Amino acid sequence: MQTVFIVAILALGFLVTFQIAKASEYVAILRGEERSRKQTNKINGFLLLVFLIAGLIGVYYCNEQLKGKILGAPASDHGVLVDRMLYITLALTFIVFVITQVALFWFSYKYQESDTRKAFYYPHNNKLEVIWTVIPAITLTVLVGFGIFYWFKITGEAPKDAMQVEVVGSQFKWEYRYPGADKVFGKKYFKEISDAKNNPLGQLWDDPANHDDIYVSGEPMHLVVNKPVKLIIGAKDVIHDVGLAHFRMKMDAVPGTPTTMWFTPTKTTADMKKETKNPDFVYEISCDQMCGKGHWSMRGEIVVETQEEFDAWLAKKDPQYAKVAPAKKMEPAKDSATAPGILKDSVIAQVIK
Amino acid sequence: MSESMSVHPEVVTTHDVHHDEHGGGHHKETFISKYIFSMDHKTIGKQFLITGIIWAIVGGLFSVLFRLQLGYPDQSFPILETFFGHWAKGGQIQPEFYYALVTMHGTVLVFFVLTAGLSGTFANILIPLQIGARDMASPMLNMLSYWFFFLASVIMMSSLFIQTGPAAGGWTIYPPLSALGQASQGSKLGMDLWLVSMAMFIVSSLLGGLNYISTILNMRTKGMSMTRMPLTIWAMFFTAVLGVLSFPVLLSGAILLLFDRNLGTSFFLSDIVVNGEVLPNEGGSAILFQHLFWFLGHPEVYIILLPAMGMVSEIMSVNSRKPIFGYMAMLGSLFAIAILAFLVWAHHMFVTGLNPFLGSIFVLLTLLIAVPSAIKVFNWLTTLWRGNIRFTPAMLFAIGFVSLFISGGLTGIFLGNSTIDIHLHDTMFVVAHFHIVMGVASFFGMFAGVYHWFPKMFGRYLNSTLGYIHFWVTMVGAYLIFWPMHYEGLAGMPRRYLDKSGWVSFNQFGDLDKMITVVSIIVFAVQLMFVFNFFYSIFKGRKVTTQNPWGANTLEWTTPIRPGHGNWVGEIPEVHRWPYDYGKDGRDFIPQTEPIGANESKH
Repeated sequence: MQTVFIVAILALGFLVTFQIAKASEYVAILRGEERSRKQTNKINGFLLLVFLIAGLIGVYYCNEQLKGKILGAPASDHGVLVDRMLYITLALTFIVFVITQVALFWFSYKYQESDTRKAFYYPHNNKLEVIWTVIPAITLTVLVGFGIFYWFKITGEAPKDAMQVEVVGSQFKWEYRYPGADKVFGKKYFKEISDAKNNPLGQLWDDPANHDDIYVSGEPMHLVVNKPVKLIIGAKDVIHDVGLAHFRMKMDAVPGTPTTMWFTPTKTTADMKKETKNPDFVYEISCDQMCGKGHWSMRGEIVVETQEEFDAWLAKKDPQYAKVAPAKKMEPAKDSATAPGILKDSVIAQVIK
Repeated sequence: MSESMSVHPEVVTTHDVHHDEHGGGHHKETFISKYIFSMDHKTIGKQFLITGIIWAIVGGLFSVLFRLQLGYPDQSFPILETFFGHWAKGGQIQPEFYYALVTMHGTVLVFFVLTAGLSGTFANILIPLQIGARDMASPMLNMLSYWFFFLASVIMMSSLFIQTGPAAGGWTIYPPLSALGQASQGSKLGMDLWLVSMAMFIVSSLLGGLNYISTILNMRTKGMSMTRMPLTIWAMFFTAVLGVLSFPVLLSGAILLLFDRNLGTSFFLSDIVVNGEVLPNEGGSAILFQHLFWFLGHPEVYIILLPAMGMVSEIMSVNSRKPIFGYMAMLGSLFAIAILAFLVWAHHMFVTGLNPFLGSIFVLLTLLIAVPSAIKVFNWLTTLWRGNIRFTPAMLFAIGFVSLFISGGLTGIFLGNSTIDIHLHDTMFVVAHFHIVMGVASFFGMFAGVYHWFPKMFGRYLNSTLGYIHFWVTMVGAYLIFWPMHYEGLAGMPRRYLDKSGWVSFNQFGDLDKMITVVSIIVFAVQLMFVFNFFYSIFKGRKVTTQNPWGANTLEWTTPIRPGHGNWVGEIPEVHRWPYDYGKDGRDFIPQTEPIGANESKH
């Protein structure tokens, strides 16, 4: 009923508008078309000026309303660079924005048709063209220069002491792997992926580097504050994207083509809870690449903590290998780190049934 | 009323008389040959326009539906279930329906409306009329171009009605999502239909484009040198070149994807386990598709934008009663944009794992585009400066175009810079950016064109009061919808999220989303009013009584009010000057057909 009512009102409003529009056409003819055209011209010229002023106020108002809702200070070293670049660009473009929009609407208003003025025949001026080719070119060179400088810093090689975490996306969840004490990820092959065989990432158990690798899912990824981290990113089914809004980082997860990104978190989750005055604050991983019907809910969490907290958390984890080879549930980390060769044959015998 | 009336007293022969006069030997036209399988470029242009309008209503309606979900994620709308059944179970838009809607909204508006509907319409109508030709180089291919488009439309439309629904992987249809039926409902039959439809569309676009190019190069009337062509024609020319060079690349991508889907090849697939099922494909590259797609996809942005730029230049000059400022610079910047359009595609792929060095090259080339864009803006501003401006609805839309082009162009400088793109990539910032600069701006160019050339197309005027309402509501609405949307993106909110309530980082914009939804419904309603005005005015609009209602210089206004097939009665007029002699030597305008006077000043 309500819907019918709304539709009826819309139709009525439409009809009224149309009748007025039609009537104004007749009125124009009665009053003299040229005269009423000039009057309409004045109204529209005035409205353009109103639009300019209201628009600039609107831009200011919008900023006042929303600036508190965009993310606060960045929580990583790279994020600082991204934000700096953003603000440099914002400052420059905002100046250009105001100048050009004011010129556009002011000229439109000022030079609206008038009987007393004749249009100025002004087909070209090469000096002007050169000026407004060169100035934008120089400005853009500055932007490109800063941009590429920061870009290479962000995408350059990760520091040698960076911790590594593997992130794997699939519809519609995130899984993680830590390399364990040997700091080396074991090899994987996608055809080994099997939940039934307790091998969600497709680790190859005959690679001893796998024996201490710790698989984490269904809980947040843990990172250490002020310690560079290199994420090794992959996907099982379709393209996903590891989006870390607070760290200002983002990288696609592509099946078949591993990608990486690194950064240094500079604030623990606890710090951020204080800073944002939000006790529920968590770092979130958002999937930023359309990946199917659950894309909008493909969410992961990250906990940034001190080294001690991290060590305590990791110490409670068993390597995935322990689940597939219960008999070998000893200290695989030490073994594989010190004597990788020795374990190999026995392990293969265990794994391949 | 904005139209200048009864300035030119000359009365023109009506169109029914001259059919026997021109060219000779024209066979008798039936209803079918005149309105359906017509080879007259003007009729084909109108066919493109009307098909485009129908698609625009469909595409616009889709956006209203998904805006309902975005603005009111918790509310149920029982009427949706009435119409869409299980796609909107309980009156709530289901995720798969949501993704089908956004995918088809993008596909329909980018390709079917702003490519076919825009350049299909105006290239067809304006090229022969403004260069002084009786028709296209090949009227037959031109007709086929429309009918391939029609076929593509039928296939795409039919995909809306199949059980598994239309394609739902985003308009960019990245594999593996689009290649694997197991990964998404929309990647079943709907995706095959999408690909076949696009293949037909590309054929249409190529037939049209080749025709436009050869017509412009070969069929200009006497005296119409390349540098005497109106900027509209230059814009259509570069548009056609872009299309001819880039659409085949998308075709190859589409065909390879069809192979991957149906023939077991692995061009884009490798190392995939979907829903626990291990697929045999190895060695393909999902990223390869993105290169193929964006090699078209980026020029496509300019295929959409350039015709709008051309028409805006023309309309702005006519209504400022002043020459376009810097004709050669305008032309040079069009050329520069056309070249650079091919060299920037990978800026859509900064975060795909692209080699950072390669990325930096694309940053440089991308930001370079800002230079010709800036030149164009400054030239438009100077065209307005010291003019004597008439605010016809077309002129208002042209001014609106420039405003939007500035706003959306400047945010492009953010996204083209890979450093900032890391944060903003695939967020609502991108959505706001390209809707302003490519979506709404091009629509403004199209509206400007429709209001300006409607008298030429149908011999009647659009109601200009409705035109003014249309302009003001759309202009204000466009900014209300898309300006605040940038802030969502700055917060990092990803695009294509249908409900943000589960997120700690992105749930703070509920009120904003409601506001945007309400405004977009109002704006959509006003577009329907425009459509009504359009069809009403075809039959009942005020009649055009003078040959040259806007006092314009270009050749289309030397044809009869309702030109028949062949455009001119008798000889095609000869051209003696460029098209922008407005306000020269104290004269309001000097048509291109007027010989240079002995005492005329040089420009």
